[in-house]
Amino acid sequence: MFEKLSERLEGAFHLLKGRGQITEINVAETLKEVRRALVEADVSYKVAKDFVDRVKEQALGQKVITSLQPGQLMIKIVRDEMARMMGGQAAELNLKGQPAIVLVAGLQGSGKTTFSGKLASFLKRKRSQKVLLAACDVYRPAAIDQLKILGEQVGVEVFSVPGSTDPVHIATQAVAHAKAKGFSTLIVDTAGRLAVDAEMMDEIVRLHRELKPSETLFVVDSMTGQDAVNTAKAFHDAIAYDGVVLTKLDGDTRGGAALSIRSVVDKPIKFVGTGEKSDALDVFYPDRMADRILGMGDVVSLVERAQEQFDAEQARALSKKIATNKFGFDDFLAQIQQIKKMGSMKDLMGMIPGVGKAVKDLDISDDAFKHIEAMIHSMTPQERQNPSLINGSRRKRIAAGSGTGINEVNKLIKQFEDMSKMMKKMQGGGAKQLASMMGRR
Amino acid sequence: MGLFDLFKKKKESERAEDEQRMDRGLDKTRENLLGRMARMLVGKSKVDADVLDELESVLIEADLGVETTVRVIRKLEENVARDPYLKPSELEGHMRKAVLELMEPKSEEPNTVPPTGLKVILVVGVNGVGKTTTIGKLGLRFQQQGLKVMLAAADTFRAAAIDQLKVWADRSGVDFVAQSMGSDPAAVAHEALQRALSSESDVLLIDTAGRLHNKVNLMQELSKIRRVLEKLLPGAPHEVLLVLDASTGQNALEQARQFTAATQVTGLVLTKLDGTAKGGVVVAIASEFQLPVRFVGLGEGIEDLQVFDAQIFVNSLFKTV
Repeated sequence: MFEKLSERLEGAFHLLKGRGQITEINVAETLKEVRRALVEADVSYKVAKDFVDRVKEQALGQKVITSLQPGQLMIKIVRDEMARMMGGQAAELNLKGQPAIVLVAGLQGSGKTTFSGKLASFLKRKRSQKVLLAACDVYRPAAIDQLKILGEQVGVEVFSVPGSTDPVHIATQAVAHAKAKGFSTLIVDTAGRLAVDAEMMDEIVRLHRELKPSETLFVVDSMTGQDAVNTAKAFHDAIAYDGVVLTKLDGDTRGGAALSIRSVVDKPIKFVGTGEKSDALDVFYPDRMADRILGMGDVVSLVERAQEQFDAEQARALSKKIATNKFGFDDFLAQIQQIKKMGSMKDLMGMIPGVGKAVKDLDISDDAFKHIEAMIHSMTPQERQNPSLINGSRRKRIAAGSGTGINEVNKLIKQFEDMSKMMKKMQGGGAKQLASMMGRR
Repeated sequence: MGLFDLFKKKKESERAEDEQRMDRGLDKTRENLLGRMARMLVGKSKVDADVLDELESVLIEADLGVETTVRVIRKLEENVARDPYLKPSELEGHMRKAVLELMEPKSEEPNTVPPTGLKVILVVGVNGVGKTTTIGKLGLRFQQQGLKVMLAAADTFRAAAIDQLKVWADRSGVDFVAQSMGSDPAAVAHEALQRALSSESDVLLIDTAGRLHNKVNLMQELSKIRRVLEKLLPGAPHEVLLVLDASTGQNALEQARQFTAATQVTGLVLTKLDGTAKGGVVVAIASEFQLPVRFVGLGEGIEDLQVFDAQIFVNSLFKTV
């Protein structure tokens, strides 16, 4: 699923190849693909549209360094903006109050009860809180039993009022119990409800008003589609929650709901659920989420590394050499070394969209360049500067010196000549040509 | 007709009633769609690119997904090209038709179900979609139809899942089979099937633990349940229902793909359609995997679990007020 998307983005990149700057024209196709990618990742249609428009404003006119394509740079801008949007505020829980009250609300089946159990365990272990859980889901059969079992598993007391059908009553009793017994935090688990269910929404509003929680959390399934904006907004209108919990992220959903929700209510995602075990609770990483929504593998890391490693001065010298036909094996070697600086071949290949999964289980040796380096090292300085010198007997010597065969030397020289020609045509796409040449070997 | 004679379509009068109930559930959806369609069509005598663009956004916001939306729009465009004087008011009918066509099964479903004897229904899905609730409601429904029903609690993982199903079994007064929490779900299924056979039950409904479809081990566990049933009673399970939450987005496609691979899903149940979620992803699933939607959940009440009717579903989506 991810691969298909990345391939399309690559397709869009092709249109931008060889352009030095992000302009209105070369960016349009990429942005269209980004928008489609976002929508397919379940980002709300409107949110995706607004988001892409905003990013476009930022991107126009940005200079593109030569080893990158504008499309790739574009993706990085998109991703960074997305991470910025979803991140920002500190995500710590507000545990003021005696006891601090955490109210947990959301749709049916979003994972409130499981999350409540996990949060109790987290606060007990990591924040040294004395935690009490209150079971206020009086509707779903056995919901209270479920919380009791979870409480038992993590060693946290669960408060319930057998026979009571009034969640507000149970919750206020729980507060009294927590005060009397010196609990520092009370987590109130509630029944799932649809935002259009007026009666049930009224109930959660009353609970919220009565409890005055220091922290109200909205729990939402990360697989939620276009409806996420409606639900998130309706709950926010009702109880103005302080943070969002994104559950079931251990699935393979792209999780566009995270972006949708963040753009309709300005509240941070404080936790993510990553499994069924009681400790499968994680803090939220905006960067990772952005990558996931884009389904980009790690193209962004690749871009960043290229940016880090790229020496603008060297690049200028190189392109001058290409232009004047002075590109030699020394420069070729320098390029190889530059690529090698960026990381292992497998890592690099894995970061290229569309290649990612294919190489995951493949054994790619970092020695791919070794023979080439050895052959170049076996050349004299004159030969490196002027490859046309290399005749038959020189080739024999180079093969012997590098421990390779004459065939390999022939192949290298042939490929080098092809590449020089191509580079002269393309001016600047050197690293990429080199990479594709390596791929063919 | 196969097994779902059990759930056979009602008389016309009841059907109208169903339609009304569906309408209520889908009210939010329809207002939204119609409001937007009306707005975009105001003052236009011809369907132009703008209108098609706008339709596209309407479909995508109903969770149909990009690919399915493009297919619907393409069908529309063909019609528009054929008839340049197509009025916007006629568009709705075309749109309804396009969606319906996508949802129609391409071939008749094979009738492998014995005319008499025990029918085994295995219910699967990711966490929190409403499997247990669906089974509870189905059990009562069958019981009310005069069938001898047994529920089996093969969700031995989630805390209190067994208790939850037991409450439903007690409510409707049907037979109930469970082992202790943490026991092998395939063993529960096996025991349940044996007991259902010896007690000459008509329907056995098997609940399973929610699992994310990318968890290989858990999916293999489901395959095992299926194999165990098949071995004991050739032809079982007669129906494998995948339960989907209407608010789920495009990931539902992947769910359908993986659950079908593991258990040969034969039909869908779409739950929680009474909220603002539109459940449009089932259009994509129905067309891509040829999986019919069997039931929709339109509320918390027992009567709110409805036999799915594509005509009603689509009509309801595009009906003018």
